[in-house]
Amino acid sequence: MAEATIKPLTLNFGPQHPAAHGVLRLVMEMDGEIIERADPHIGLLHRGTEKLIEYKTYLQAIPYFDRLDYVAPMNQEHVFALAVEKLLDIEVPKRGQYIRVLYCEIGRILNHLLNITTFAIDVGAMTPILWGFEQREILMEFYERACGARLHAAYFRPGGVHQDLPAGLLPDISEFCDNFPAFIDDLEGLLTENRIFRQRTVDIGVMNFDEAMDWGLSGPMIRGSGIAWDLRKSQPYDCYDELDFDIPVGKNGDCFDRYLVRVEEMRQSLHIMKQCIEKMPEGPVLAPNHKVTPPRRDDMKRSMEALIHHFKLYTEGFHVPAGETYIAVEAPKGEFGVYLVADGSNKPYRCKIKAPGFAHLAAMDYMCRGHMLADSVAILGSMDIVFGEVDR
Amino acid sequence: MNQALLDLGDYIATTLGEAVTGSELINDELVIWAKSDTLLEVIKFLRDNQNCQFRQLVELTAVDYPSREDRFELVYCLLSLTHNQRIKIKFSTSDETPVESVTGLFSSAIWYEREVWDMYGIFFANHPDLRRMLTDYGFEGHPLRKDFPLTGYVEVRYDETQKRVVYEPVKLTQEFRNFDFSSPWEGIVNLPGDEKAEQENEEGAA
Repeated sequence: MAEATIKPLTLNFGPQHPAAHGVLRLVMEMDGEIIERADPHIGLLHRGTEKLIEYKTYLQAIPYFDRLDYVAPMNQEHVFALAVEKLLDIEVPKRGQYIRVLYCEIGRILNHLLNITTFAIDVGAMTPILWGFEQREILMEFYERACGARLHAAYFRPGGVHQDLPAGLLPDISEFCDNFPAFIDDLEGLLTENRIFRQRTVDIGVMNFDEAMDWGLSGPMIRGSGIAWDLRKSQPYDCYDELDFDIPVGKNGDCFDRYLVRVEEMRQSLHIMKQCIEKMPEGPVLAPNHKVTPPRRDDMKRSMEALIHHFKLYTEGFHVPAGETYIAVEAPKGEFGVYLVADGSNKPYRCKIKAPGFAHLAAMDYMCRGHMLADSVAILGSMDIVFGEVDR
Repeated sequence: MNQALLDLGDYIATTLGEAVTGSELINDELVIWAKSDTLLEVIKFLRDNQNCQFRQLVELTAVDYPSREDRFELVYCLLSLTHNQRIKIKFSTSDETPVESVTGLFSSAIWYEREVWDMYGIFFANHPDLRRMLTDYGFEGHPLRKDFPLTGYVEVRYDETQKRVVYEPVKLTQEFRNFDFSSPWEGIVNLPGDEKAEQENEEGAA
């Protein structure tokens, strides 16, 4: 019988598939059940954030950052606030820094809870997502009590945070920190030793050191590959250098190690949050430079100058001296950066957003090759993709 | 001033010689100015040299300055985990000259270059798969260019009679508002009417 060459089957995955984590369209060329090539088509959630920011004042640009990675919104605001602060050369008061770090770590837990639990549902475990979202709701209440919004906070501003925490919030967060480790133990009880979970994740999507560097991976993806790299430690911003925490690293660089890294990062985040609550100093939360930060409401009732500052800031905004900077923070998903070019006006000339998910998804093709179809879902789940930030 | 970065800039400039046109610190961040024909050489050196080891391409983007002769400025951000340093490589290019792709050195550049091609229309030579990245299938134009309007040219809607999504020219019910905030109190040194005072002074002197 003559040998027949079989054309690889093209399989379309998404964009309306629950395991696609949003609006990913994945076009795969299959040899039987083996993936020969995976071609992610992205951009279905592209909203032109970078273009819009060029037409908005610096303050108006902040809410766009909430809408990038909407799972952990404040971590994104943080990077933009830091970039503007660097160009303006303003110092954030200590209390403002501690509040920011506290909320960044809440954001990290929010993100990892969502990622681990949806990852688990992708590979067949139903219960974690039901448990995890209950905990996320508690955390989002902390968001709401600080700034009035559960998701789109617009809380971090250039110069600090918009308003001080209400009385009684810190003890409640502290109580959460005491209770949450028991939840993590429960979650681990469901997954870590689970035979099905291990079979689906161990030795799947392995990235070694060189590959991780080549593809520009960051965050839990690079730490899963055994590289102890965390911007909170290596290039500390705000008050991270005053806090004590460890960086978990994986050994094998597979999907399971990335899961383990995220679980341990949640524990470390709790540790950081407790330290923040203990060390939280009294004082202002926003830099006193009213050419950049808005005056307090009660000042406006009495001071003409404060009223003028308020009016100028919310119409014209502040002018940022010409210059450029690249600032990156350790967002829950990896290195989230902003390349900000200012031309001296009240609007950014260029604001390029470096999203960690974009680089991770770029490696999707490489990581999927030679794996089975079902493994692509596990790989995608372990990458922690949110399309708000990938598509921008 | 960060002395280590300053030294590194000097070291790169002296070792590479003609290939780089300068190095400077902007806001305490090291920027190396390269030329488009020596880009690959510079980036390969930065990646492989023992004193540099910039082994991650973190970011690749462009900035549009329509008034310049070479309107685009390409920016490559590299990161060295070993030395905990960042570096930016920059050079100017136009929309007509193709830029050598760095995908052979960094795989992460595959998508970054696709995005720059999509958003700015800068062509990368020897790129394995230069398709559009974020915009719609069949999109025309390069949206992040400064001369591309914020509202774009076409809008989509579902047509009930044709039973499909149709593209139509953008119709704005309200004109796009772009306020001019340039204040007469800042930046302008000579206010209208100042010349009269000068004339009076001259007359008074005469």
